[in-house]
Amino acid sequence: MHELSVTQSVLEIALRHAERAGARRITRLNLVIGELASIVDDSVQFYWDFVSRDTIAAGATLHFERVPGTLRCLACSHTFPLNGRDYACPVCGEKRVIAAGGDDFRLESIEVE
Amino acid sequence: MAIQVPVVEQILSANDQLAAANRARLDAAGVFALNVMASPGAGKTSLIMRTVERLRAEFRIGAVDGDIATTIDADRIASLGVPTVQINTGGACHLDAVMLQSALPRLPLEELDLLVVENVGNLVCPASFKLGVHRDVLIASVPEGDDKPYKYPVMYRGVDALVLNKMDVLAAFDFDVDYFRRGVEALNPGLAFFPLSCKTREGLEVWLSWLREQMRI
Repeated sequence: MHELSVTQSVLEIALRHAERAGARRITRLNLVIGELASIVDDSVQFYWDFVSRDTIAAGATLHFERVPGTLRCLACSHTFPLNGRDYACPVCGEKRVIAAGGDDFRLESIEVE
Repeated sequence: MAIQVPVVEQILSANDQLAAANRARLDAAGVFALNVMASPGAGKTSLIMRTVERLRAEFRIGAVDGDIATTIDADRIASLGVPTVQINTGGACHLDAVMLQSALPRLPLEELDLLVVENVGNLVCPASFKLGVHRDVLIASVPEGDDKPYKYPVMYRGVDALVLNKMDVLAAFDFDVDYFRRGVEALNPGLAFFPLSCKTREGLEVWLSWLREQMRI
C-alpha cells in the first residue's frame, strides 16, 4: 500500500549517494528486504520505473536480496525460518522462541558510471 | 565501467528523522504521546474514550485522529471536551511522521500532558512508520481471532503494550488466549499485556495504571 512513498525514499537515497560519488548514471541498486519488513518487491519495481524517470537513475536495475524471517529457540538456541502457523522449535518443541532476523529494509549499495 | 558505491542506509531514515523532530517538539512542551494502532473495529476510539473519561481529571489530554475519510472518530473523541485534530490521510494506509508534524501546531501543546494519537485502522503499514511518540500501543480484539500475531508479526514486534479488547465476548469465540500469547511472546518477549473490555470496563484500571506509570518515567 505504501510502496510509492517507500520507492521515492529509495530514489532520494540513491541520488544523494550517486551525487556524492560524482556519478553520471546509476545502473543498479542493491536492496535488502527482510520478510518481516512488509515490502512487496513487485510494487517497488512498478513504482520505480515511474519515479526514476528523468533522473540519472532512470533504467537502473533493482536487485532485491530477500532475508527470511527467522526465530531462535530459547531452550536449544536452534535458529529456524518463520512459518505462519506455530512458532514452536522444530528441533526440541520448545514454545518460547524469539525473533532473530528478517526486519531489514535498506539500500546496501548502488552501481554507478 | 560500473563502480559499486556502498550505501547501507535504512530506506525509512527520512521518516525516522522527522519522527525524532516530533519527539523533540513533544518533549520540549512536556507532552507524553501515545500511538494507538489496531485493525479497523478493534476498539481504538473506544479505548481512547474510556482512557480520556477516566484520566481527564488528572491530566490535560489532547487527541490526534487519523482516518482515511470522515471525522466520525474525531467527533466522538472531541465530544469529551478534549482538543482533537483530525488527519484525513486521503487514502494513505497509515500515519507517518510528516502527518503528525503537520498536526502538532494545531494543538495547544504547552497546555497538554498527554497526547493520544489514533492511527489508521490497519495491521500492516503503521508498524513501519515511526511517529516520534513515547509509546506505541496495539489493540487486538477477541473477534479478530487468536492467530493474528502469527499473521501480522511486524505489528506485534514493534509495540510497547498490547491490549486485548472485547474480553466480555470471549466465551462466544474459539479464541485460545494461550496460543495468542505464545505468538506474542515469540515476537515481543515480556510485552505488557492488558486483556480488558471497553464495554464493561473490566480490566481497564490495570491499563490505566500502566499508562500513568509510563507517563511518570
